[in-house]
Amino acid sequence: MRDGLDWRTARPGLAGLLGPPLAWFLLFFAVPIAVVWAYSFGTNVGVAGIEISGTFANYARALEPLYLRILAKSLAFAALATLICLLVGFPVALAISFAAPRLKAVLLVGIMLPFWTNLLIRTYALIALLRDEGLINQGLLWAFGWAGFEPLPMMNSNFAVMVGLVYVHLPFTVLPLYAALDRLDRSLLEASLDLGAGHLRTIWYVVLPLASAGIASAVLLTFIPVLGSYLAPDLLGGPDSQMIANVIERQFKRANDWPFGAALAFLLMYVTFIGIALQSAHRRRIDAE
Amino acid sequence: MREPPGLLDYARRWPLKLWMLLVGLFLYAPLLVLVAMSFNDSRRTTHWRGFTMDWYAKVFEDAELVQSLVNSLSIAAFSTAISLLLGTLAAIALWRFRFPGRMLVDGAFALPIVVPEICMGVAMLIFFARVMPWPAGLPWPLSLGPIVIAHVSFSFPFVAVVVRARLQSFDRAQEEAARDLGAGNWRALWDVVVPHIRPALLAGALLAFTLSLDDFVITFFTAGPDTVTFPVKVYSMVRFSVTPKVNAISTLLLAVTVLLTFLALRLQARAAAERLS
Repeated sequence: MRDGLDWRTARPGLAGLLGPPLAWFLLFFAVPIAVVWAYSFGTNVGVAGIEISGTFANYARALEPLYLRILAKSLAFAALATLICLLVGFPVALAISFAAPRLKAVLLVGIMLPFWTNLLIRTYALIALLRDEGLINQGLLWAFGWAGFEPLPMMNSNFAVMVGLVYVHLPFTVLPLYAALDRLDRSLLEASLDLGAGHLRTIWYVVLPLASAGIASAVLLTFIPVLGSYLAPDLLGGPDSQMIANVIERQFKRANDWPFGAALAFLLMYVTFIGIALQSAHRRRIDAE
Repeated sequence: MREPPGLLDYARRWPLKLWMLLVGLFLYAPLLVLVAMSFNDSRRTTHWRGFTMDWYAKVFEDAELVQSLVNSLSIAAFSTAISLLLGTLAAIALWRFRFPGRMLVDGAFALPIVVPEICMGVAMLIFFARVMPWPAGLPWPLSLGPIVIAHVSFSFPFVAVVVRARLQSFDRAQEEAARDLGAGNWRALWDVVVPHIRPALLAGALLAFTLSLDDFVITFFTAGPDTVTFPVKVYSMVRFSVTPKVNAISTLLLAVTVLLTFLALRLQARAAAERLS
């Protein structure tokens, strides 16, 4: 009984409850994704025709140096942004999870608000700061103008993209980290501190191993959205900061090479699946211990 | 005198205090500047020239912009209603029944949450272009169909997660008692289970609404020329220039977000208080 009713005793009940969401999922999620997958093995025929010819040419093309470089760059951007988010976010999550209840609620809202704020607006807000005539340069000009200060060109660069990626995704890292740290058994930490270990040692040898499942899910929840980011490289980056999502968009909206775009999109999907598989393997290993 | 910080009270130690301050500044300074500049009486958005509400007036004079806002709010309303229904049904089905393939369905419903937005956008673009073309030239609310469908597909799994979490705390004995007292299965569900999950329904609805209102990438691929949503419209404005008008719109949307977030937290707090009493 704990595990729920046996479906054989309540077939109409199960069909009535699960039927609509499952039908929606299959028709409006599984089918579209499957079509993308099929297109990734297709060839362009004529102006608008696409034949599913079973070719691997689109994937082969994705591995050409030009695209391979963008792919590698996207992975590197995602890895670096995730790392920065972890380093910046871990102390924040730590402070929140050990704060007094009142302060904790305030801090949590502080992290959640940007999380709920429109991505486009947050990216746009950064433009106003980073532009040549933006607030940062204005401030520097005001402070160092007497010394012949020239505005720092920050916009349309890899630097701006990285700032944008970290800015947008930081809450994605902090929230799962907080969830993990909040569940820690505090007596273990107190024991470590009582026995003479310093705070940093305690964090490194006690907190990190205990929270490793939460850290893994924070990494996954940050890495995947960063890897597929479209807006930050599009609005903040220069010609040299294209990420894979921008290339995908171009295949569909301008270059009109859908099969190639589909193959690129599915490369992103494969990376996602690998990430999920790694994380659940990690979780199983921890559970087994 | 204030007590010294406790052993594990990291939030009150100065290195972390400083760190939190810097992170807070990083997260909020850009937004605060945006809000301030939306009241700035200057076309150039850098120097403060005095307070004005002109940009807000200009926002409401822009018919296309207002239409895009109406589109976005309507899409969010439709998408929320459908997502709430589907997500709740899915959560109850997975919680209540044991059936072959349950784990598979459970995992599958999590997919729309993790799949990169760009992939889903592409999938919806192809689907509505080639598999199920949406008739062109339909009257207004119907023309929003593809966007609503796309939004439901990524929102309802979120609702399911929220409702499922709430169902964990339901005491199955209550439902059995209702059935023992003569209520049918559906009756027991409606009268006993649904009231229990009501806070989750509200939280799920707010979540679905915000997700829909915020979405840019997926909508960008599904929107046609006459179904421009608010983020898509703002995107095309941002691409061309940084104008105080965009600051004003963004501030309005920010205000909506803040309002919805506080509403959600309020409801959650009230639900928690009810549970305790």
